[in-house]
Amino acid sequence: MTFIRTTFGLTTCKSASLVGAALVTGALLAHAAPASAQQQDILFLSTQLRPIEEAQKVRSVILKDFPGKVTYLVEEPPAFDVRMKAEGQAGKRTISVAGALHGELQPLVVSGDLTPIDDIATKLADRGIPANLMELGKLGTANQMYIPWMQATYIMVANKKALPYLPAGADINALTYDQLEAWGKALTEKTGKRLIGFPAGPKGLMPRFYQGYLYPSFTGGVVTPFQSAEAEAMWAKFKGLWQFVNPNSTSYDFMQEPLLAEEVWVAFDHVARVKDALTQAPEEFVTFPAPAGPKGRGYMPVIAGLAVPKNAPNPTGAAELIAFISKPETQVKTAVEVGFFPVVKATLPADLSPGIKLIAEGVAKTQNAPDALPALLPVGLGDKGGEFNKVYSDTFQRIVLRGEDIKAVLASQAGVLKGLMEATKAPCWSPDAPSQGACPVK
Amino acid sequence: MTLRSRLLPYLLLAPSVAFLAALFLVPLVQTISLSFMEEGAPSLANYSRMVSDINFGPAVRNTFLLVLTVVPIQIVMALAMAMMLQKLPRGRDLVLWIWTIPLGISDLAAGLVWLAILQDRGYLNSALYGLGLIEGPTAWLTYETPVALFVGVVVAEVWRATAIVLVILVAGLQLIPKEYKEAAEVFGARPWTIFRHITLPLLKPSLQTALILRTVLAFEVFAVVYAIGGTNFPVLVGEAYNWQRNYQNTGVAAAYAMLIVVISLAATVVFLWALRTKPEQQP
Repeated sequence: MTFIRTTFGLTTCKSASLVGAALVTGALLAHAAPASAQQQDILFLSTQLRPIEEAQKVRSVILKDFPGKVTYLVEEPPAFDVRMKAEGQAGKRTISVAGALHGELQPLVVSGDLTPIDDIATKLADRGIPANLMELGKLGTANQMYIPWMQATYIMVANKKALPYLPAGADINALTYDQLEAWGKALTEKTGKRLIGFPAGPKGLMPRFYQGYLYPSFTGGVVTPFQSAEAEAMWAKFKGLWQFVNPNSTSYDFMQEPLLAEEVWVAFDHVARVKDALTQAPEEFVTFPAPAGPKGRGYMPVIAGLAVPKNAPNPTGAAELIAFISKPETQVKTAVEVGFFPVVKATLPADLSPGIKLIAEGVAKTQNAPDALPALLPVGLGDKGGEFNKVYSDTFQRIVLRGEDIKAVLASQAGVLKGLMEATKAPCWSPDAPSQGACPVK
Repeated sequence: MTLRSRLLPYLLLAPSVAFLAALFLVPLVQTISLSFMEEGAPSLANYSRMVSDINFGPAVRNTFLLVLTVVPIQIVMALAMAMMLQKLPRGRDLVLWIWTIPLGISDLAAGLVWLAILQDRGYLNSALYGLGLIEGPTAWLTYETPVALFVGVVVAEVWRATAIVLVILVAGLQLIPKEYKEAAEVFGARPWTIFRHITLPLLKPSLQTALILRTVLAFEVFAVVYAIGGTNFPVLVGEAYNWQRNYQNTGVAAAYAMLIVVISLAATVVFLWALRTKPEQQP
């Protein structure tokens, strides 16, 4: 199977002999006259399912039965954004289907790089995609801008060895932050090791923990209550919990390796980043929702969507591909192979592999928790998403790792956050109260 | 001389000059302009953001600390190694070949090699555990063990980049005419006197080259630190990378890049001045 991964003219291939073929394909794609849609290659660029094994699953399993020819390319989110906009500006579009997270597709609406796909939405009306997900796919416009593709979230994973140390009376499926701290304390005292882990490494998704879990659970918001009294209490609490967190956490990018190595016994991460541990040793682990704070059990649903870029070279093929991907059987295959869950009405097979079953359980327990408080991924920040994450990471760094004064840190970081919100004019997203204009930092 | 033969040297040099201009001068000018621009207008905003960032102080401190530790160790080690090579009656090429192996390894790969040695379940911990010196996996590379982390980075850097200094010094030693040494020996000079009064002064041009090269590269240290310390040990180039790659703010990244250029230039000027060799002192 030939695949090309083009980043600023770099081409990598499975084997050297394919390089030539790939280059020729690339050249043809760039200059091809619009031939018949069925025979023409459909370039599918995605920011999701990027690791080599997952991308290979997409190519050789998930899209295997698609009648047309698809080239599945992956790109990191910043490069994806650059490429989509650059193709639009150059007037030479090569991508026919773009797959990315809700928040990654949003800036493409502003730059005018997506085409409305209400016709595709109408054709897929019988697939049973929940109305609220379809509404998200309009990205705040009157038209359908993407079709929901798959969903995931973050869960907690614990080694079964940690269960005897749970504080008395605690229900693992309804933990509070106090109980998590008590659990960490018991683990540290009994084993002499700090066994809770967070993905706070350079490429870890820790900022999502602050934005989707910690802040919503304690303050009921993400941006507006950034320096509230509740936020001060929350950071003090988290600093207390951090005493029992493995100090290697600031190097962890994915939690599956430390879980498998038993460097940590209790961890928080995105389902895709604990999947390997759960599929390799399902009998060793349990999954459960993140803890709850005074305002509820914050959680961040992750929605990925499929969009068609403006002036896509193969819109017919794109529509066919999107229809194929949203078929219940393809959606089930996606869940089974890569652990992202269906957005359509589809029953997961009873003989699901034990690891994927663990993920499904964790996700279901999180979504169906009575005190669940969904917090959306940031919207409307455009290329300032990285700096937005930095505000939260820096706050953590200063308060928890460097021991600076909480009130002073929150005041100075709130200034940075305010500047960022005003520069992007991003309105508030759930769970912050809706705003007229830039989301206020109070 | 014909017109053609007068032009020939310039013609031969032209491609490389054009190449450098296109791939070095143009990006340099662009970086300078990027660093002084904010939303299309001239401004110092990027520099003020850089200086007020929480990692700026630690990055400057760590970078200088690394340079001031690593470069002297490398010069002393390379000098000692080069002198030892001189004394070898045979097998000199083999020893030199083994010593320069790290030159062929990319800095990121070198960082990963040392990560495999130093991490919790790495070779160092296994060895210490095997000897009964520690009770279990010990973390050396966390934010809580800054000294061990720093030592780890220093060891990796010394291992990786001492060979380049060695190669320069070995070449320099071979340029020193034997007559000086022989004359000194006739007058009864001891090895240490010969080293201090003959070898070292005549080696100054090579030392200057090695110091400039190593110092500039040490100010640009990144991959080794990134592999071993991640974000626990901020350095200037790492911050430039973060601002460009993770925070997507090209302006601040350019400001960091300019700071590194200025520091490197200053270090070069200092070495050029401090280690200048008068024509009559040259061998």
